[in-house]
Amino acid sequence: MVEWSEQERTIITSIFASLDYEDIGPKALSRCLIVYPWTQRYFGAFGNLYNAEAIKTNPNIAAHGIKVLHGLDRAVKNMDNIKATYAELSVLHSEKLHVDPDNFKLLSDCLTIVIAAKMGSSFTPEIQATWQKFLAVVVSALGRQYH
Amino acid sequence: MLSKREKKLIAEIWEKLTPVAEDIGSDALLRMFASFPGTKTYFSHLDISARSTHLLSHGKKIVLAIAEGAKDISQLTVTLAPLQTLHAYQLRIDPSNFKLFSHCMLVTLACHMGDDFTPVAHAAMDKYLSAFAAVLAEKYR
Repeated sequence: MVEWSEQERTIITSIFASLDYEDIGPKALSRCLIVYPWTQRYFGAFGNLYNAEAIKTNPNIAAHGIKVLHGLDRAVKNMDNIKATYAELSVLHSEKLHVDPDNFKLLSDCLTIVIAAKMGSSFTPEIQATWQKFLAVVVSALGRQYH
Repeated sequence: MLSKREKKLIAEIWEKLTPVAEDIGSDALLRMFASFPGTKTYFSHLDISARSTHLLSHGKKIVLAIAEGAKDISQLTVTLAPLQTLHAYQLRIDPSNFKLFSHCMLVTLACHMGDDFTPVAHAAMDKYLSAFAAVLAEKYR
């Protein structure tokens, strides 16, 4: 089981409390599709992804980004049991969506960049380390049910 | 592959950051040491605490090398030849660590540039840092 100190819990919950999911979600997902264009392979049905502008203004991508962030919210609310919380989502991504689990890290890196840009110098190295730990647990849990 | 426009963008960004090379470099290193403690093993001979002389001078060295490479990206193998030899025969840093440093450099740039670190700039920078790391490791074997 993953051990969280009181300080780590506070860091994660306050970062999420400061986020506007409707803003950050779309930003993170669209950034992922722009920086790592091969991830667009999973979004063939989402419409125009032809260039960065199209991706940034695509309403389907925006809606999906918000969904993803709300999904992360579940981990924040269940930090002591992220693996169990994500068991079903992991099966979904493996069996139904057929997403290469390496992609989870790509999206989580883009989310980190978006949050860093928003928080500036208050995203200190120590806060980043806790944030990276949280995302590593999330990524691992999402890949757990792949066989 | 970096387009002409991307190469120009990268060169511009690093030219602007050269005056604050110390701050950018030491920030990226600190982030890497905090998030990926295994990377500290390469620095047991230095004082790498925040604002230490070693950290600042080392950070500056790294950023100036990255900035120098950015001036003419098509000539990276020529520009980095001495550093290639250094890393292959003396430092022998496992190349997986270059990825960790690059990630932390991207975070530093995001914190520093805010919204100016657009997805397009981020993509170009990620590509440049990957190319830089690949060239650096070329003489390893």
